[in-house]
Amino acid sequence: MGTKLDIGAIPGLAESLRNAPPDEADAPEAKNYGSFLKNNMREYGMLLSLIVIMGFFEFMTDGTLMEPLNLTNLVLQNSYVIIMALGMLMVIVAGHIDLSVGSVVGFIGALAAVLIVNFHVHYVTASLICLVAGALIGGAQGYFVAFFKIPSFIVTLAGMLVFKGLTLALLEGQSVGPFPDGFQLLSSGFLPDAFEHDTLRVTSLLVGVIAACVMLVVQLRGRAKQARHSMESEPHGFFLGKLAVFTAAIIYFSYLLASYKGIPNVLAVMAVLIVIYMFISKRTVLGRRVYAVGGNEKAARLSGIRTERVSFYTFVNMGLLAAVAGLIFAARLNTATPKAGVGFELDVIAACFIGGASASGGVGKVMGAVIGAFIMGVMNNGMSIMGIGIDYQQVIKGLVLLAAVCVDVFNKNK
Amino acid sequence: MSDAILEMRGIRKTFPGVVALDHVNLTVRAGEIHAIVGENGAGKSTLMKVLSGVYPHGSYSGDIEYEGSVRAFRDIRDSEALGIIIIHQELALVPQLSIAENLFLGNEPSSLGVIDWELAQRRTRELLAKVGLNESPETLVTNLGVGKQQLVEIAKALCKNVKLLILDEPTASLNESDSDALLELLLDLQRQGIASILISHKLNEISRVADAITVLRDGNTVYSFDCRGEPISENLVIEQMVGREMAERYPPRTPDIGDTIFEVRDWRVFHPQHAEREVVKGINLHARRGEVVGIAGLMGAGRTELAMSIFGRSYGQKISGTVLKNGQPIDTGSVSQAIRHGIAYVTEDRKGLGLVLEEDIKTNVSLANLAGVSKNQVIDDALEYQVADGFRQQLRIRCSGVLQKVLHLSGGNQQKVVIAKWLFSKPDVLILDEPSRGIDVGAKYEIYSIINELAAAGKCIIMISSEMPELLGMCDRIYVMNEGAFAAELTAAEATQEKIMRAIVNHGDKHGH
Repeated sequence: MGTKLDIGAIPGLAESLRNAPPDEADAPEAKNYGSFLKNNMREYGMLLSLIVIMGFFEFMTDGTLMEPLNLTNLVLQNSYVIIMALGMLMVIVAGHIDLSVGSVVGFIGALAAVLIVNFHVHYVTASLICLVAGALIGGAQGYFVAFFKIPSFIVTLAGMLVFKGLTLALLEGQSVGPFPDGFQLLSSGFLPDAFEHDTLRVTSLLVGVIAACVMLVVQLRGRAKQARHSMESEPHGFFLGKLAVFTAAIIYFSYLLASYKGIPNVLAVMAVLIVIYMFISKRTVLGRRVYAVGGNEKAARLSGIRTERVSFYTFVNMGLLAAVAGLIFAARLNTATPKAGVGFELDVIAACFIGGASASGGVGKVMGAVIGAFIMGVMNNGMSIMGIGIDYQQVIKGLVLLAAVCVDVFNKNK
Repeated sequence: MSDAILEMRGIRKTFPGVVALDHVNLTVRAGEIHAIVGENGAGKSTLMKVLSGVYPHGSYSGDIEYEGSVRAFRDIRDSEALGIIIIHQELALVPQLSIAENLFLGNEPSSLGVIDWELAQRRTRELLAKVGLNESPETLVTNLGVGKQQLVEIAKALCKNVKLLILDEPTASLNESDSDALLELLLDLQRQGIASILISHKLNEISRVADAITVLRDGNTVYSFDCRGEPISENLVIEQMVGREMAERYPPRTPDIGDTIFEVRDWRVFHPQHAEREVVKGINLHARRGEVVGIAGLMGAGRTELAMSIFGRSYGQKISGTVLKNGQPIDTGSVSQAIRHGIAYVTEDRKGLGLVLEEDIKTNVSLANLAGVSKNQVIDDALEYQVADGFRQQLRIRCSGVLQKVLHLSGGNQQKVVIAKWLFSKPDVLILDEPSRGIDVGAKYEIYSIINELAAAGKCIIMISSEMPELLGMCDRIYVMNEGAFAAELTAAEATQEKIMRAIVNHGDKHGH
């Protein structure tokens, strides 16, 4: 970079400091694989656990887990948890929690059903109304949390009850459905196939390959940029290894999906959202502010960040994503029931904590939450195939959550 | 001395890199009120923590002889069991419990685990009568004023059969009548044979009740007065408190002072919770380009409150007054507005208010000026890295790289990160609150150098410090603040430690007595 850098440089400062008496040296420069692994153990550990868990169930279910049909189901079953985990991660990183998302999912599904089935509103219009309603719900709760300083646990606990009740009221205790075909495609549809091929959906495979290539290019360019500005970066071996695993995984999964019905629409929506939220959390001013507010709210405020507003936005965003999940879930069941969404908040929150988010805020990664959600999903799915009853499934999931957080705490105290 | 209840001999206590106490001797005779005075950081609180066993035997060297035999307290229970009770400046009462519950907390009269509340109530009434507090034992502590809470603390000490009562700045947050009542109570306890150690800055109070005075300075006992015979001279005490030599601890600077660029007029601030308490009382302040202005004062004088209320109303309520920059009134109603007008505030509480500890250096440096490293709300990673790395080199921040978490940096390097953050917000006025607190000598010198360079670059520096030598070594002009108001304004030429201390003491006498 040839341009001169203006950082409020003070001429002569470095020189005058060089004349200062020396004090004891700080930590020596240490940049090797070991220390990098130690600092990033959490992320690699997560990925490794997911792979190990998938391998375990693949073995235990005699290969059923990775069958194209089952994989498609796995994605469909977990899409709404993953989508909500994106919003929940932001809420948790900002130092809050949202217990109401399950009820909001149910409420939005009910709202969509009433609008579409009872009032014959077009499903696109109805979906837009639902998204706005979700954002408003999130905003209302966020308002109390951010500006009235009422603990989010209490506000959203109240919201959980309120929207559970409103769902019942809206549906008058009945199930309402079915939805028109167009609406159902949101959940049950697949990317259309342009090529005629008997056993392989070539378009879906192509989409997967293109996505992998885009990821490769973006990663390599980022790496080149880091090198150009002589920034520190992860060691070569790790970088290439990670890249290879991801590329292979994306292409392999799209191949598996392509050999069934192709990439589900939901997966496409989900993938786009994941990319967007990774970008927001890592690269935007807004994302940075969310982490700062959660990390040290007072320091953030004294740095000129309007912390209340940041907290408020995370809740609006959460409501919006809960609405997306609500629509997808309703479309998948093809009916809105008063039971929809019950207990979802627990899966979503668990996904974030398994993914390494800190309950005290400021720490957590989008990719971690996604992996956490997949771990939960694979375990649900694998244990069901193995015929483990719902009773022990819950026990095992609970223990996995506890173990994951224990590992975190242990690592931190070390 | 055979009538001594307590003798501490040759006490030495070190923390990593700092000698907090060295060769400290303290002798308290039975039944006397013994005052300990000294500047902030002189080692008074550390000494009391050694005595009460907060720092257990073995973590310091020297002997503690109490009631005729050498003691080795392992923790505060050991010392309390022998009747040494300490009442800290921040009271240790549970606000949501009643007076009776607080008095017997951890010490409940009970049989088989069932508390005998009747007995507790009865004894509470007796104890409250002893300290002259006319309140029901059922009253919640949160409903009492600070003065009455102090009395509850003393009652609690009596409840534990106190023989040596230690009070750390007991009247600092009390009004005049409450202070009087407290001092009377001390004299009353003395008549009952209870000895006290009184840590205080208020010399008028000390001369009223104390039988002996010990002066601590830089972790050493520098003087012990016996004032039973004749009254002490305040001048002598002040001299002893501050009289230290200033070595070459401050980098040289030739001031180049320009026009007034920053001014605060008739600034008034009230306490955020107690709306009737005025914390800053009509301050007028100005600072010029290239000038280093100091604000001296004791803890609790309202200096931080003044600075934070100016910086985006980050403290207090019912704030009134005007802030002017280059002669024009500016609105500093929010932190972002203050930053936009070129004001920066480096907090005294680095970890609590200055840094996001879990984040790396790069993220902390850019936090107050994210617009400076982003385009259309998207952060330019490489630019941010370069900015942080530039500061790392300029300020010589010692780290493994700017991606290191600030949590693991030393105090001096953390302070440099905070300063880098504020330099990147490109301020004209820098308010530094205790910039050298908790950092070692070498790093202090570097921070001083940075301050000098900033002044030379035409910035205007306002430096709050409790260390008088630091202010004398660095500043062109010093305001002395006491109890929310400026007690004096001294130029570098006329300022001495004695004058500053005298301004504080005289001002305190005028207002506090």
